[in-house]
Amino acid sequence: MSSFTPFTSIADTRRLLRSKEISPVELLEAVEHRIATLDTKIGAYIERDVEAAKKEAASADLSKPLGGIPIGIKDAISVAGQPLQSASRILDGYTAPYDATAVARLRAAGAVPFGRMNMDEFAMGSSTENSAFHPTRNPWDHDRIPGGSSGGSAAAVASGTALATLGSDTGGSIRQPAALCGCVGLKPTYGRVSRYGLIAFASSLDQIGPLTTTVEDSALLLNAMAGKDPHDSTSLELPDEDFTAEIGRDLKGLRIGIPKEYFVDGMEPGVRTAVDAAVKQLVSLGAEPVEISLPHTEYAVAVYYIIATAEASANLARFDGVRYGRRSPEAKDLLSLYEKTRAEGFGREVKRRIILGTYVLSSGYYDAYYLRAQKVRTLIRRDFDQAFTKVDAIISPTSPETAFRLGEKTDDPLKMYLADIFTIATNLAGICGLSLPCGFSNRDGVDLPVGLQLLGRPFGESRLLRIGHAYERSTDWYKRRPPQSA
Amino acid sequence: MSNNSPHHTIDVNYLARLARLEVTPEEVEIFGGQLGRILNHVEQMNKLDISGIEPTAHAITVFDVIREDGITESLPKETILGNAPRSANGLFVVPKVLD
Repeated sequence: MSSFTPFTSIADTRRLLRSKEISPVELLEAVEHRIATLDTKIGAYIERDVEAAKKEAASADLSKPLGGIPIGIKDAISVAGQPLQSASRILDGYTAPYDATAVARLRAAGAVPFGRMNMDEFAMGSSTENSAFHPTRNPWDHDRIPGGSSGGSAAAVASGTALATLGSDTGGSIRQPAALCGCVGLKPTYGRVSRYGLIAFASSLDQIGPLTTTVEDSALLLNAMAGKDPHDSTSLELPDEDFTAEIGRDLKGLRIGIPKEYFVDGMEPGVRTAVDAAVKQLVSLGAEPVEISLPHTEYAVAVYYIIATAEASANLARFDGVRYGRRSPEAKDLLSLYEKTRAEGFGREVKRRIILGTYVLSSGYYDAYYLRAQKVRTLIRRDFDQAFTKVDAIISPTSPETAFRLGEKTDDPLKMYLADIFTIATNLAGICGLSLPCGFSNRDGVDLPVGLQLLGRPFGESRLLRIGHAYERSTDWYKRRPPQSA
Repeated sequence: MSNNSPHHTIDVNYLARLARLEVTPEEVEIFGGQLGRILNHVEQMNKLDISGIEPTAHAITVFDVIREDGITESLPKETILGNAPRSANGLFVVPKVLD
């Protein structure tokens, strides 16, 4: 048996598996060994079912595109027969009765789902501190957060305890942790990947996507997951597409939009420097920079926190202690069963958002908040429509800052929300977005990863992945590893 | 941002009742302040002229997604009830609703 080197891409691991240098079971054991060694400090995983995964690995079909590749799954995405909680106490004891379509399709492509990845409860948060289980730590500095809500998914890929993971992105929950941990994260276009089996947060914004060490690996996972699903009426029927097809082509003639509203004061200086350098690098690769304007950017946070909380307050009504999960032992009648179960089962951020969502939908406030927000959403979407008549992709930082310390923002939710400024408009507009490593910023004496965000027009993932890949291969940022995970 | 709007005080107890969520006096205090500040931020939307703008419910809209109205296999009843906190005789059990 040859030993497996962490951080090997899926593409390269596939070659090892197919040439029989390593078996799928040996690969799984190597990943498990690495988790056992490193994850006690990081906390990216909630739980693993090693025996179930080994059994699947033993019968993996190596001729398939992801044959024998273990993939960590965010705790919001159903894996049949495995516990599923969205990192919430309210789902204590719940077992997923079926596979999410995304998971079923990964399995059909030969992949082995392995491990429940930690997250902010119900995907509400930007730091993974809202998990009911434990916080996850940033592999680059264990006193810092990994981002969120898919913080476990990102931290595992960045610390080499997973080859790839699935996350979900409602307002940046794949891209922001990918940026803060230094890996690749892709939010597909709304409707590209089925949401069936994803525990809903905000149904008009949620989308499942991959977190990987390379851009090409994200394309491979999207290849397996994309497509119409009869179980999700918002998934779209589109011609079959190979998302790796454009990878390797140059950038000559492609226009890259630089939105002036995304390059403003207040950004961490090291983030600004890294992203400016990335723009220059893309230009040196043949891309043409074009200054563009997304004039309604400043309203995105307001619109998002109205629409997302409104949808969440409705979606989370189902957690009532009757059909699944926990039930308060204190309940005396049906009303107190609901009220006490929800009081005991939900964490503070989830309660805050349910109350805000209830408020903006309540009689007398609906027009002033929810309806108005939906109209401003139209303006935000039009900004992007107009920009994409001029450019092939839009470039920005993924986050205005690098990873902050645990506990730094927990008392100030608005401050936490405002840091989502560069990612949330993507979801409101339904377009696709990719985050990839573009350097480091020195914050309080520590070098922390910076993420470059590329946004593409609806269903423009192939183009986005081509640009991301060309940039990635022209730098060595994607080869940098956290010192403590080397 | 204006601070004159009367909307910024939130009746947390009332909303929590609507949401079927028991809240502690401490939570009422904390949420009230935090949500007020969030709504202050949200007020900036009022600067925009939105007359004649259609609302967006879904960014990428599809219409009339229908399927054949046929019988398909459902999940087994035992699987579903197996996730319930209490069940008996193939049913979910809840506290008595009517005396």
